[in-house]
Amino acid sequence: MEKRMLKDENDRVDGVFKVTGQAKYFAEYELPGLTYGVLVTSTITKGKITTLDTKAAEKAPGVISVLSHLNKPSAPGYEQDGGSPMKIFYTDKIFYNGQPIAMVVANTFERATYAASLVKATYAKEEFNTNFDKAVADSKSKKLQGQPDYKRGVENAYKTAEVKIEEKYHLPIETHNPMELHGIIADWRPNNQLTVYAKTQGVKATQGTIANVFKIPIENIQVNSEFVGGGFGMALRTWPVEIATVMASKHVAKPVKLVITRMQMFTMVGNRPAAIQTIGLGANKDGKLTGITHRAFGETSVYENFTEGVVNMAKFMYQCENVNTQYTVVPVDLGVPIWMRGPGEATGAFALESAIDEMAHALNMDPLEFRIKNDPERDQQRNLPFSDKNIKEAYRIGAQKIGWNERKNKPGSLIDGQLKTGYGVSIGVFNANRGRASVKGILKADGSLVLQSATSDIGPGTGTGMTLIASKLMKIPADKITFELGDSSLPPAPSQGGSATLSTVGSAVNDVCVALKSTIAELAANSNMDATANFVDVLKKNNLPSIEIIKQSQAGKEREAYSMYSFSIHFVKVNVHSLTGVVKVDKIVSVGDSGTIVSPKTARSQMVGGAVGGVGMALTEESIIDHRYGRYINNNFADYHVPVNADIPEIEVHFINKPDPYINPMGAKGMGEIALIGFSAAVANAVFNATGKRIRSLPITPDKILADS
Amino acid sequence: MINFQYLRTTTSKSALALLSKDKAAKFLAGGTNLIDLMKRGVTTPEKLIDINHVPLKQIELKGDTIIIGALASNTAVAEHALIKEKLPLLANALNAGASAQLRNVATVGGNMMQRTRCGYFYDTEMPCNKRQPGSGCGAIGGFNRMHAILGTSEKCIAVHPSDMCVALIALDATVVLANQKGERKILFKDFHRLAGDTPQLDNNLKTDEMIIRLEIPINNLAKNSHYLKVRDRASYAFALVSVAAALEISDHKITDVRLAMGGVAHKPWRLTASENFLKGKEASTANFEQAAKLAMTDAKGFGENDFKLQMAPNSIIESLTLAKSKA
Ligand SMILES: Cc1cc2nc3c(=O)[nH]c(=O)nc-3n(C[C@H](O)[C@H](O)[C@H](O)COP(=O)(O)OP(=O)(O)OC[C@H]3O[C@@H](n4cnc5c(N)ncnc54)[C@H](O)[C@@H]3O)c2cc1C
Ligand code: SF4
Repeated sequence: MEKRMLKDENDRVDGVFKVTGQAKYFAEYELPGLTYGVLVTSTITKGKITTLDTKAAEKAPGVISVLSHLNKPSAPGYEQDGGSPMKIFYTDKIFYNGQPIAMVVANTFERATYAASLVKATYAKEEFNTNFDKAVADSKSKKLQGQPDYKRGVENAYKTAEVKIEEKYHLPIETHNPMELHGIIADWRPNNQLTVYAKTQGVKATQGTIANVFKIPIENIQVNSEFVGGGFGMALRTWPVEIATVMASKHVAKPVKLVITRMQMFTMVGNRPAAIQTIGLGANKDGKLTGITHRAFGETSVYENFTEGVVNMAKFMYQCENVNTQYTVVPVDLGVPIWMRGPGEATGAFALESAIDEMAHALNMDPLEFRIKNDPERDQQRNLPFSDKNIKEAYRIGAQKIGWNERKNKPGSLIDGQLKTGYGVSIGVFNANRGRASVKGILKADGSLVLQSATSDIGPGTGTGMTLIASKLMKIPADKITFELGDSSLPPAPSQGGSATLSTVGSAVNDVCVALKSTIAELAANSNMDATANFVDVLKKNNLPSIEIIKQSQAGKEREAYSMYSFSIHFVKVNVHSLTGVVKVDKIVSVGDSGTIVSPKTARSQMVGGAVGGVGMALTEESIIDHRYGRYINNNFADYHVPVNADIPEIEVHFINKPDPYINPMGAKGMGEIALIGFSAAVANAVFNATGKRIRSLPITPDKILADS
Repeated sequence: MINFQYLRTTTSKSALALLSKDKAAKFLAGGTNLIDLMKRGVTTPEKLIDINHVPLKQIELKGDTIIIGALASNTAVAEHALIKEKLPLLANALNAGASAQLRNVATVGGNMMQRTRCGYFYDTEMPCNKRQPGSGCGAIGGFNRMHAILGTSEKCIAVHPSDMCVALIALDATVVLANQKGERKILFKDFHRLAGDTPQLDNNLKTDEMIIRLEIPINNLAKNSHYLKVRDRASYAFALVSVAAALEISDHKITDVRLAMGGVAHKPWRLTASENFLKGKEASTANFEQAAKLAMTDAKGFGENDFKLQMAPNSIIESLTLAKSKA
């Protein structure tokens, strides 16, 4: 198939595929004899299944089988005791409302859906709590350390500072809600051979998890996931419902497809955990920070634990001798959370970056100036120099583009009729990772290059970035390069998460290209050709249709010598309507400081997507539960508000675009997470600047604006 | 979802004949609400009578009256030159609702008949007096941020979610209904009901009837009208509060005024007391404020929707101000 119609080198390699519907997502694979799984879910929040009547469903037209804990479809890894992952269909226990308790497999989706409605369960109910705020406040509720406490200098030094603030910040549950629904197609064949079409951020991870549960060799499992319709973190693990589908395929000896519903997206495939955070900041009158304390409570589940980097940023982002952090997770009777874009850092940055703004206000300082004044030269947490950091330059660019000089430090100063205008700024930061990956390069005498790696593309444009790295090094036009991914049989690469793919896999692409070039040079020398001879001529002269090299690449000692981070600065201008309380974002400027920009278009798209996600986090997104029943109330796209086009103003994106000298051969750092991290605080800070109202609880809906007026 | 029979008809006569044979049957118009409710198991009709091919899509001026057929799409009405010119309030209200894709298939009759968006109504595992009379009201004491503050009952505090209907009640529309025996007319303001003791009934359409058309008298309010919709996001969200405001001003005095609210009651809510107060007065902010205050006389919050007690009068002032300021 013709892969591209490039007009511009930098266009997405799969852009035409995506907009013409040729890109094939997991649910679109039509296997011969395909059957359909539909889940039956619990209607209580906690307790035990006492009876499960599947007879009517089994007799319904087209039904092949009904799987549940009653017939425990075979999964040898689940036979062993212990281990925390929920063992689907191996327990009669209910941990959350909406938990899958059975799967009906039928020869059409409609028949499976109908039959699922015939399955009847009775339960022994137990008392439960889905209310995170209540669990945090309750001294008797279970609390677990989420991360070792951190202390530098004096604990709680802010309390004795010349100027201090101490405030509490609240984040609700957010649900990832990518457009593409979750699910999998599993095709279990005789001799324990399995092929799956998955929605995953890591084909190798999916392969490994399935191998573990079913105790079959990794080589028996082929995982395909070429296109993913958005993940935002929710496809970073293989969920119990995917395991259930593999069980089903093994059980009925047919391929089985499961696509969960939008409602089920809220309960069984993770969410951004709710959080309650307290920030204490102390400063002297000159505006130097003297103490930072960040204490956070994060939501987790009772049956599996989940933790993330909520309090990381406080430890190094600002110059301060005295810093202490504490992160506690509190289980509630809901499905286990999972990383959502920006993950814990985005949660933490909302609190910290709001508090920094509050402190600047208390000091009567411009919040930008305050940040510059407290910008650290070194990473005080690890006592290392930063590999590369250009925050001050980023501030300057962003401030100029948003028109920061129009801003008045006194809140509520810019009023036009009912509209109050405000400007806000915040910073985002995320570890600039580099893992280990392998890439195979096949350089062909027809002038083309094929690169292969078992990495993923959940949307950022992995193939495009890799193609551009190779194109630049090999001096081969981008349309002669193909990057293959999303296939577990390719050379291994880690899951796509934590903004590490470009750095990790890109480095391996770099190394393969370097190796290919030196092989060509050697061949040229051996065949008395000029050292600069074109590889096509060299291959032809040597009668080679192609050469192949696999390279594994990983970070070295440089990671011990430098502290490596990606940074972003977000500037937001808002208009707040004083009668209706509606906040309208009027302009966004995001500046990325993440080393070399390898792929300008897809990098820009990352920043734009992050800003849109940030507007959602700040103004609209919240998953609401009725705690009397433990059930979600707004579990659909009409009531769970992701921003629409009309909510999004012009977004200006700028990059520092200077190579990080240490991180990897490209000097490029990841930027998927920093696009979102901190963004919500910029909005909250702008709202404060517009109105004088400090909203410490997201999302900032109109009722909250009206509340304290 | 359960099996159902699908029937298609091309005349209102045959549609009504089919309905009379089976009162549990339902008309299928755009399907944008009905199909969702069927998927969630909230309604389980055994027969769907597709009326999309019934020729009731007219939008025309007859004498002093604008006629709109029950099957005209929301988009067709909103984009029609006649409506834009004579009834901009209706066009604006329609365009404030749902999304372009939904409006393209949603019909006038379906819009009037759409059911509340209360989350408990949609979830068959939760109590809801509207879905299952006697089971209790989940929203009272629960999540009621979107719910009513006016005309509420102890049984149900749901709101009617339509934007179009807020404009129609303000415009003094009349609804023409028919059963097999013939047509009857009912004022738009009498079409929808308060929840009272029968929250399962949204309106006064009888089980053997069909909505045929709307009749809207033309007026002098086109110039100074505004539909304000306050919502959680800028498009594709139901109203927290909406206000249809229209003024006729001569010599600085208000000679005619229409005010109606959405998102506050079980039916589109006409603000008669506020209108009466404003008539003959100056179109001043002070008078708008007084009118807004009057509108809230009997308003009552249920916790999470308490903010509407402030947002609603604020929005009345804002909508009147914007209506007035139109040149
Ligand atoms: C995601 C989403 C967002 C939305 N947002 C908004 C919004 O912001 N504002 C807003 O106002 N609306 C909104 N809507 C609702 C939308 O306006 C309605 O769904 C639509 O108007 C219904 O029209 P329909 O023709 O599709 O009705 P259908 O779904 O076909 O029918 C609805 C009901 O009306 C009955 N019916 C239809 N025609 C007749 C007739 N002629 N006589 C008697 N009975 C009839 C049907 O039997 C059925 O019971 C939204 C809907 C969705 C799904
Ligand atoms: S408000 Fe009405 S629709 Fe909502 S739960 Fe109560 S009775 Fe049902």
